[in-house]
Amino acid sequence: MDDAFIADPTDTLSVLDGPGAATHVDFGIPAAVLAELTHRCPLQCPYCSNPVELERSSAELTTEEWKKVMSELAEIGVLQFHFSGGEPTVRKDLTELVRHASSVGLYTNLITSAVLLDEARLRELSDAGLDHVQISFQGADAAVANRIAGFRDAHAKKLQVARWVRAAGLPLTVNAVMHRQNLDQLPEIIDMAVELGAARVEVANVQYYGWALKNRAALMPTIEQLDECERVVTEARKRLKGAMEIDFVLPDYYADRPKKCMGGWGRQFFNISPAGKVLPCHAAESITGLEFDSVRGNKSIAWIWQNSDAFQKYRGTGWMPEPCKSCELREVDWGGCRCQAFALTGDAGNTDPACSLSPLHDRIFKLAEKESIGDNRDFIYRNYAASTKRV
Amino acid sequence: MSVMTATPEMKVVTEASRLVMPRYAKLRFDKTRDRWVILVPERVLVPDETAVEILQLCDGTRTVGEVIDTLAQKYIADRATIAGDVIPMLQELVGKSFLTDLAEESHG
Repeated sequence: MDDAFIADPTDTLSVLDGPGAATHVDFGIPAAVLAELTHRCPLQCPYCSNPVELERSSAELTTEEWKKVMSELAEIGVLQFHFSGGEPTVRKDLTELVRHASSVGLYTNLITSAVLLDEARLRELSDAGLDHVQISFQGADAAVANRIAGFRDAHAKKLQVARWVRAAGLPLTVNAVMHRQNLDQLPEIIDMAVELGAARVEVANVQYYGWALKNRAALMPTIEQLDECERVVTEARKRLKGAMEIDFVLPDYYADRPKKCMGGWGRQFFNISPAGKVLPCHAAESITGLEFDSVRGNKSIAWIWQNSDAFQKYRGTGWMPEPCKSCELREVDWGGCRCQAFALTGDAGNTDPACSLSPLHDRIFKLAEKESIGDNRDFIYRNYAASTKRV
Repeated sequence: MSVMTATPEMKVVTEASRLVMPRYAKLRFDKTRDRWVILVPERVLVPDETAVEILQLCDGTRTVGEVIDTLAQKYIADRATIAGDVIPMLQELVGKSFLTDLAEESHG
């Protein structure tokens, strides 16, 4: 017998091409899909990744529609299903959806703010086959965290629910979105995650589009804060090796190279919006002029992934302008983030200004640097009143 | 709030151990890509044939001794040789948290 070996194909993990794939398939179906069940949420975090144009509940897919989607995804080779939002627990049918996902063989992950969960509902979800829970935290100190969330007592509730998650035997990930107004709490947030028994913590610096772009002046960290943040993460990773994983995302304003956003447009990720649109990333609807196919139409999800205009538009390198086109790194970062290019330059087909080779990089970097040392602390909270959705 | 000292104690695999995959790790056959996978939070891992066979036998009902018996019979091999191969493999899988010991939990 050979030694037992378990490969961790980290970089190729989302695209596992195989003999089962149809002919002329260039891109394997992603291994994991994010479902935004709803845009409704009791929290009002000013950096929310949802689009500024929030979807109303009347537009949401029905229970039966989501079930059909999950069956179809499992059939074409999706392995993991993330229940996200908005706040997915506002959906009264969540347990039924989790049960269905589990019955068709999907690994289920609940990405939640936790404030609407009680112990009975958590047990119900666990019994329905939920595999993993991820809870967002806005800070380590209740006053700071509650102010950021725009929700009274959110922090205490989250701590309580995290303990119930562990008591139910479910694995826990702590998600901490970091910015100027909470970065000084990072060591305490990591301690909190350890104390809660989390197996993973995501230290995710805010990415600035959508709501976060509206609030950039109040959120942008200083360079000194980010240096300290990196130091804290490096130290904690060393100390907690083997006990807790720490994922770390830098804000790309302070990076020299743009991030490989979504692993490259249409390469290894899609999400489904509350109304059933199949999107190359959560923020893609912010790019005006792109049409997105819906699961409500007459096309299969596999067809939409392979062929739809929105996925084809920025896939690969053919769409690239200079300096991307002749750049040696074009197949490393795939041109960075299309949504950010659109938000900051007005054209999603431009080089992401996060790249130091972008002609706009210096101007944007200097503006961000100026904002980071400003004294603006006020948020435009994420809610339907501030949403620009035309109804 | 104090930081817990993170030194997970080494759990020693013996023939009396009764191993099973923890709840968060799922062994599945992925028919689209025609291979076995282990699903864990945020990751998909690809086990080789040996790992798949061992993980399938560790179903929480068999002891490690019984797993060794089964493999010795299947491969018509010397039991001590199989035990010498299998126990370190299981130890490694326990170390990586792909298996947990039920016998240990019930005894305290």
